[in-house]
Amino acid sequence: MGATRTGSRGRTLRAVEMDGELLSRVRTGDEEAFVMLVARYQQPMLRLACSMVSNQAVAEEAVQDTWLGVVRGIERFEGRASFKTWLFRILVNRTRSAASHEPIDEPFEALRAVDPTRFDAEGHWADPLDRWTEESEDRLDAATWAPILKSALDALPPRQRQVVMLRDVEGFSNDEACAVLGISVGNQRILLHRGRARLREILDVEIEKS
Amino acid sequence: MLSLRRRDIVCQQAVELVTDYLEGALSRRDRRRFEAHLKACPNCSAYLEQIKLTIQLSGEIEPEDLTPEARQDLTDLYRRWRSE
Repeated sequence: MGATRTGSRGRTLRAVEMDGELLSRVRTGDEEAFVMLVARYQQPMLRLACSMVSNQAVAEEAVQDTWLGVVRGIERFEGRASFKTWLFRILVNRTRSAASHEPIDEPFEALRAVDPTRFDAEGHWADPLDRWTEESEDRLDAATWAPILKSALDALPPRQRQVVMLRDVEGFSNDEACAVLGISVGNQRILLHRGRARLREILDVEIEKS
Repeated sequence: MLSLRRRDIVCQQAVELVTDYLEGALSRRDRRRFEAHLKACPNCSAYLEQIKLTIQLSGEIEPEDLTPEARQDLTDLYRRWRSE
């Protein structure tokens, strides 16, 4: 895996400890702890919910509904799953039931990671690929590319977007993402593969242009 | 034991293995074939590098902070829920 993994694992451990501490404070009615918990997860939850329904208001309601579920169900949460997984599972369930009235509109999902026309008849790259890192350093500055990446994410088919968002944006593990979305490891990997490939393609086009 | 010599993979196949490779989901044999291909193919190693950078950049998308208004709304909601 990439070099970033060790760092994110350290962060994850600390995050789990902190969730546990906040949760026990919320159980005793500590308002501030609740707000801290919400502040930590509200935006990722909203992003995921928005990726599942077309209407922002419906997404916001599902998120709010989830927090209500947390407040009511907190005594039942036994800590066998991580709080994060439990929370996002509630969210996915609530958003899905809210979305059940929406028309199913799954855009075409590319079957291949790379456009077949990029390869010659033998399956070799027809044209050489540029190394992004050989372009000037600031071109890969996160602040520059975040807006492009965000709109590219929005344009992904919903299921790909949900997986890429949980795994790569929010840093969920493989197991966590599968548990939250209720999909198999294999299915998750396919969606992740296509989603990442599409984002790469869009970044590549933009980097060429710049 | 005599092992059958399987054809080397070509670029178009290699790019489809990238996620399985990064997820540690390739068999040892496929992993070796994939890595052998990367060693010999600057384009596919550039592709892998681009995918890794894409993942890295995705991880750097900053979540927006809660506005003070949203914070207040949530505090109010929490109080209401608790008192229900």
